[in-house]
Amino acid sequence: MCVGIHDLMVRARVLEERLITMYKQGEGYFWIGGPGEEAFNVPLGLLVDKGQGLDHDYLHLHYRSSGTLLAMGADPVDSIRQMKNLATDPYSRGRNFAGHFSVRAWNVVPVSSPIEVQFSIAIGTARAQRAGTGAKGITIVQGGDAGSAEGDFATALVWSSRKGHELPLLMLVTNNRFGISTPYAGQHGEAHISDRGKAFGMPTAVIDGNDPEASYAALKYAIDYVRTERKPYLLEAMVSRLRGHSSASGANVAKDEVDCLDRFEQTLEDRKLLTRTKMDALRERYAQELVEASRGVRTEPAPTPESAWDYVFADKNYVGGES
Amino acid sequence: MATMIQAIRMALHVGESRLGVTDIFGEDVGPPLGGVFTGTQGLETAWNTPLDERGIIGTAIGLALAGRKPVAEIQFCDYAFNTIDLLKLAGNTYWSSGGDWNVPMVMMTPVGAGIRGSIYHSHSFDATATRIPGWKIVMPSTPRDAYGLLLSAIADPNPVMFLMPKALLRMKSKPGEGIPGAPDDDKQLGHMIDAPLGDRTAWKPTWPALEELYIPIGKAHVAREGTRVTVLTYGRNVPMCLAAADELAADGIDTEIVDLRSLHPYDWDAITASVRKTNRVLCVNEDTEVTNFGEHLIRRIIEELFYELHAPPKLVAGAHLPGIGLADNLEMASVPSKDGIKAAIAELARHEP
Repeated sequence: MCVGIHDLMVRARVLEERLITMYKQGEGYFWIGGPGEEAFNVPLGLLVDKGQGLDHDYLHLHYRSSGTLLAMGADPVDSIRQMKNLATDPYSRGRNFAGHFSVRAWNVVPVSSPIEVQFSIAIGTARAQRAGTGAKGITIVQGGDAGSAEGDFATALVWSSRKGHELPLLMLVTNNRFGISTPYAGQHGEAHISDRGKAFGMPTAVIDGNDPEASYAALKYAIDYVRTERKPYLLEAMVSRLRGHSSASGANVAKDEVDCLDRFEQTLEDRKLLTRTKMDALRERYAQELVEASRGVRTEPAPTPESAWDYVFADKNYVGGES
Repeated sequence: MATMIQAIRMALHVGESRLGVTDIFGEDVGPPLGGVFTGTQGLETAWNTPLDERGIIGTAIGLALAGRKPVAEIQFCDYAFNTIDLLKLAGNTYWSSGGDWNVPMVMMTPVGAGIRGSIYHSHSFDATATRIPGWKIVMPSTPRDAYGLLLSAIADPNPVMFLMPKALLRMKSKPGEGIPGAPDDDKQLGHMIDAPLGDRTAWKPTWPALEELYIPIGKAHVAREGTRVTVLTYGRNVPMCLAAADELAADGIDTEIVDLRSLHPYDWDAITASVRKTNRVLCVNEDTEVTNFGEHLIRRIIEELFYELHAPPKLVAGAHLPGIGLADNLEMASVPSKDGIKAAIAELARHEP
């Protein structure tokens, strides 16, 4: 399993690096993504019950979730299509930023840029899956540490823990200790964000999200708890932010952060599960595949101007007045 | 005859018993109260939420994404302003996901002045609502329209905002405009579906054999035919404009009142037909006048129907004030009145190019 997780972590890292390069070469307007969250997000993608409808898990993710999507089986070329805002971008048809996934067939609810709104919306899918409904799936919602200052985070704590109305909701906080430029200490008085769950009587944990094995074990435990008990759980994972907030801050390498992939590769080498040569070759191969893929999509069309009017309404496409 | 709030309650009953509504919720919406205006008494799927409007709208979006059919209430639209980014999300999810996820939810909320509701129970929401693309927005002016528009809203695959004119919630249907299947006798209907005062834990409503009625979203209704001036209005101002028109008829001014019923999509065909007939147009609504929905209608009328006009179009709307004051004189000075509407119609009628 370690080798499989490593493979997906490499794929996710290489994808984000390709997207950053594309941004820097002028092949996209903006980059935001998840380098530094792979050790946590890849195990999440492997552990979810993937599918459509109430018997599978709903995912309300944030814009650093590429590792989760790739672990679920997403095609990295689709992220390249979104980066280039092509009409063939399956997540948003050229309408949204990189990392803003949407896959209805897998219950991946559209990622949106406003911070933490997913914590209010997740209550709805969790309610549809609450105890007594017979639904087998659970709802998983993820945000960062800075976003937990929004009222929506408190909303999720309050609504998921009402006595007799508990919701099968797994709340994940990936804590990278920053909100754009504002450090954790500048926004929070609480020692751990997950401590806030204790007041609501829900189990909580803080884990090293840079360790994929610890992440896998903690996520498995939390998911099993929520699935069985149909009650909320709050899990906080300490992660890194390896390329800053977004392209707006340069997307350059943050040298003082722990790199979960480097650290895991050292572990795999020490345990003689993989050799340095093999791992370097793997990274090189995936990187090359994506270079070719980004060339391959160059012939795919941009959205037409008139397509801006598509999908306003799910029935008739009213524009202004009704004629 | 049914009141508008009874009509809304009956539509919600039809919704949950026949149209797949799974959740009707909001602050004080479930038992024992059944809504601060009694709109959700006796409903099987009604439940109380925490006092958290963002949670209410977020939950509605999530339920809709999960294939449920939610009707969420914001107790007064004055308290919907902290949900606007979530309302924007409900409106843009189908579009931003390229048609991947639609959001079939209904949000209902009482709007407008008329009950001496002071600064935070008198807001209008139509100007704000019509600035949130991706929503359909309806506003009834009669109990029958409330019933038929709410059933259409429930059946719609998109987010639909059902704006309840709170000054009209106790208004009764006129003869011939009853709710299909509901008894016309007030006492009989009240006995069947109104919760008793005091302890109501053992009470259950007896629903009449209601028939479905769908008033199409996007279609206006000519509430009064006339030839001299067109009035484009909706909600609370419809009966006010009708009363003004009746009084002006004595002076020989024949006014046409178009009840838009739907603010988005709005019925441009009906507006065009009426303006071509009368060549004079007045827009009336309660929301503050700067960046007002009536301004949009006037802009489009000027652009597309300029040479049909025999007088500059007029708008009678709420004053652009920070609030509606409690005192009678303050409220009356802040929102359209019958006399103000009469004066505007008369001025248009007299104007010659």
